[in-house]
Amino acid sequence: MFSNFAHMKFGVVIFPGSNCDEDIIYTLETIMEQEVVRLWHKEHDLKGSDFIVLPGGFSYGDYLRSGAIARFSPVMNEVLEFADKGGFVFGVCNGFQILCESGLLPGALMHNNNRQFICKNIFLKAEHNDSLLTSQCDTKSPLKVPIAHGEGKYFADEKTLQLLNENGQILFRYCDENGNVTDESNPNGSLQNIAGISNQKKNVFGMMPHPERAADEELFNTDGRMIFESIVSTVKV
Amino acid sequence: MSEVSEEIHVSLDTAKELGLLPEEFEKIISILGRTPNFTELSIYSVMWSEHCSYKNSIRWLKTLPREGKHLLAKAGEENAGLVDIGDGLACAFKIESHNHPSAIEPYQGAATGVGGINRDIFTMGARPVAQLNSLRFGNLNNERNKWLLRGVVKGIGDYGNAFGIPTVGGEIYFDDCYTVNPLVNAMSAGIVEAGKTASAISYGKGNPVFIVGSATGRDGIHGATFASGDLHADSHEDLPAVQVGDPFTEKLLLEASLEVIATGAVVGMQDMGAAGIICSTSEMSAKGKHGMVVHLDQVPTRQKGMLPWEILLSESQERMLVVAKKGRETEVQKIFEKWDLNCVLIGEVTETDRLHFYMHGELTADISAESLVLGGGAPVYEREYNEPKYLEKNKKFNQENIAIPGDRKDVAYFLLKNPSIASKKWITTQYDSMVGTVNMTTNEPSDAAVINIKDTDKSLVLTVDCNSRYVYASPEIGAAIAVAEAARNVVCAGGEPLAITNCLNFGNPYNPEVYWQFVNAIKGMGDACKKFDTPVTGGNVSFYNQSSDEGPVFPTPTIGMLGLLKSKKHFMTLYFKEAGDLIYLIGTSQNDISCSEYLYSYHNIKNSPPPYFNLEEEYAVQRAVTKAIQRRLIASAHDVSDGGLFICLAEAGMHRQFGFDINSDEEIRKDAFLFGEAQGRIVVTVKPEQEDTFIDSMLESEAEFVKLGEVTEGEMIVDGESFGDILEAKETYFNAIGNLMQD
Repeated sequence: MFSNFAHMKFGVVIFPGSNCDEDIIYTLETIMEQEVVRLWHKEHDLKGSDFIVLPGGFSYGDYLRSGAIARFSPVMNEVLEFADKGGFVFGVCNGFQILCESGLLPGALMHNNNRQFICKNIFLKAEHNDSLLTSQCDTKSPLKVPIAHGEGKYFADEKTLQLLNENGQILFRYCDENGNVTDESNPNGSLQNIAGISNQKKNVFGMMPHPERAADEELFNTDGRMIFESIVSTVKV
Repeated sequence: MSEVSEEIHVSLDTAKELGLLPEEFEKIISILGRTPNFTELSIYSVMWSEHCSYKNSIRWLKTLPREGKHLLAKAGEENAGLVDIGDGLACAFKIESHNHPSAIEPYQGAATGVGGINRDIFTMGARPVAQLNSLRFGNLNNERNKWLLRGVVKGIGDYGNAFGIPTVGGEIYFDDCYTVNPLVNAMSAGIVEAGKTASAISYGKGNPVFIVGSATGRDGIHGATFASGDLHADSHEDLPAVQVGDPFTEKLLLEASLEVIATGAVVGMQDMGAAGIICSTSEMSAKGKHGMVVHLDQVPTRQKGMLPWEILLSESQERMLVVAKKGRETEVQKIFEKWDLNCVLIGEVTETDRLHFYMHGELTADISAESLVLGGGAPVYEREYNEPKYLEKNKKFNQENIAIPGDRKDVAYFLLKNPSIASKKWITTQYDSMVGTVNMTTNEPSDAAVINIKDTDKSLVLTVDCNSRYVYASPEIGAAIAVAEAARNVVCAGGEPLAITNCLNFGNPYNPEVYWQFVNAIKGMGDACKKFDTPVTGGNVSFYNQSSDEGPVFPTPTIGMLGLLKSKKHFMTLYFKEAGDLIYLIGTSQNDISCSEYLYSYHNIKNSPPPYFNLEEEYAVQRAVTKAIQRRLIASAHDVSDGGLFICLAEAGMHRQFGFDINSDEEIRKDAFLFGEAQGRIVVTVKPEQEDTFIDSMLESEAEFVKLGEVTEGEMIVDGESFGDILEAKETYFNAIGNLMQD
């Protein structure tokens, strides 16, 4: 069901205030050995990217609402057009917030239930293998991946939630270390423990946890690498 | 000179109101050969303030060891210390206080502290890679202290998280002495290619001077030396004394600064912290032995009608002064334009040694740069000091008068939930500790923060330490312990201690007892730094940490230490790995409960001498552990510090839920054995099959060592007596602060 790229080129968008851009570039370029181009927010050129990444951070300072300003960035016109044509777009953390703000993904990310910024390892579980991000993930055993956000509580109305469930758009849910999806393992109050979703066409993806922070063996946790392996192996086959 | 500020008549009274002493006013007149105008007087008052001139401390700071084979910049020479870490790389690091702003407005006070220390790092061309902090608050049973803690933590988090540099370590203590005056010390470390650093210097006639970053406002002016209202128009009254931080602009400023330094078009740059434009222009000029002409009306301002002295003294955040090479102006300006930041030409370098500040074409101040700065014309004082009277009370302490509690499990749990000992998880999860993907201690906890230097086999090892209760008990020994503990933490992580930065938080230096604490702390610190070969690369002095009612805070000379892990295969963690591993104590148990948290909080004995400490023994213990790590003979290493041996063992067990079964020493009081805080001790675990080799290695060393027992599946046992399961201890330890904050 996925395109067969002989050669994969990732475009990482850099907004002013992005601060996880270099982390995901390091993961894609050095660890996953992929070609990466940097896309400056003021540009209108995606430089022939096959896969667009919106990294984490605090775009434009996020003083209004996370992701609220970034969606008006010049480069976002091209990203929207690219996504409309079926191009792959992946937002992590602030990138996920921007995708929701720009309407590419349904729902919204609200303040964590405890009203605090939370940075810690959590566990999440892939819902199915039927997406670019989860194709190689084990749906039984959880992945340990960090979160770092103040506004990560996923919210959508009931109808949207129903559609997300029916269409297999829920990619990841928060769970405990044994893979049980419980209230206690939900770090921020996300509805239905939702940690990551896709759009209906499954070409736009967003997740709050940071897989790029769990990809380098020198940091003793490579669980997040499975998500990048999924992306790369699926599109390469 | 005719100008705006001539409206304010300058007399000795004006000088006094600005915080200058009569003899300082005379000195200014003799330097200038005339009475200063108000702008000039304002300049001297901030540049000769303690904060900028170190006039009451420099005499003693100079006695600290400040040279070493790894140092690339001497203390005070640049904005931060610079240490060679090999592979063509250097580490810039520094710690700084933001105590008073945080006491008034904890959120902005702490946030701008984080901003300031990071600017000190990237103004040198180094990209910050890790932040730490050292915090002190009053008792958490007090609502105001909770408010302060919440505000400070949120301020550090919001600024640091958005700026995008991980907060990887720190320490937090709670004591009544900090109720009115909390301490907020922020540390940052960055990495730069050796030889590609920028210097805080200005030279080269005709070179352009730019101000970059945020616009200049009236914020922070009151924060310097202005206390009384009659010098000001009434419009200032509503403005905050504390500056306001903007981490987004700081992030842009970081990227733009590093980009502009890389072009080679920069002669020098300095961030604007205390005393704003006047501090950066004078320090850079004095260092480069050149002068400067600056047009203050060109400075972008937030408010209309700012007066020359307001523009000069403003402490608005996220600004830098850049001196560029003539002819390369466009190159510099384009970079700041790319990052949507101001970059405005405000003057040029002159061949004189004078600073000329103009406002709309009129000269408003004419001063020699040299006369303003530390090492130049700034005054240097020797203050008198006397041994504090409370030390007499310490000497009277006799531990024979303290009954040994029958229920030691009760003591253990009392200490596990003591906020100064308990897990700081409630605080640290509010900081992004993982951005940058370099924090090696997220998943593998260690006594110090270990920061991966990608594409090399090395890591930075960072820690901040100071048990101020020990310093209060004996400034000399307590400060030496702070250095020793920092080194111990670095060593337990597998690192080699390289250098320190210090943040010297004391009370009023004009109080001879406070000054005695300061002088003796410097002495102890210097002795320990010499022993560990960790020169002082800089830092900051913060006096006047006290309230009029409750007296000074505990003397708190916080030590920030940089170490180097030369090979990642020698990275050492603090936690027990497997049941059956043997537990050894390196160093010796002492019959000593003096100054322990146990004595202080459980028995409520506030005066006692410092705990046992022997610098030579400490050094031998650390050398022995380093050897054992390098020979791969131990599975974990955790130092014995707050709460004593029991807490040390429990902490080592918690990560993977292991307990311990140990035997005490019959010759030592049981409470001293378990909860005493004698220094120079490290708990290590050894695989049974490696025990013989381990013992051989230890016998080669000069350190004492003793087998305590072994790691269990979860139960904590001392002399056959159960202290419960590690899970129970873990829950108490991890939830203590969160529970207090919810109350």
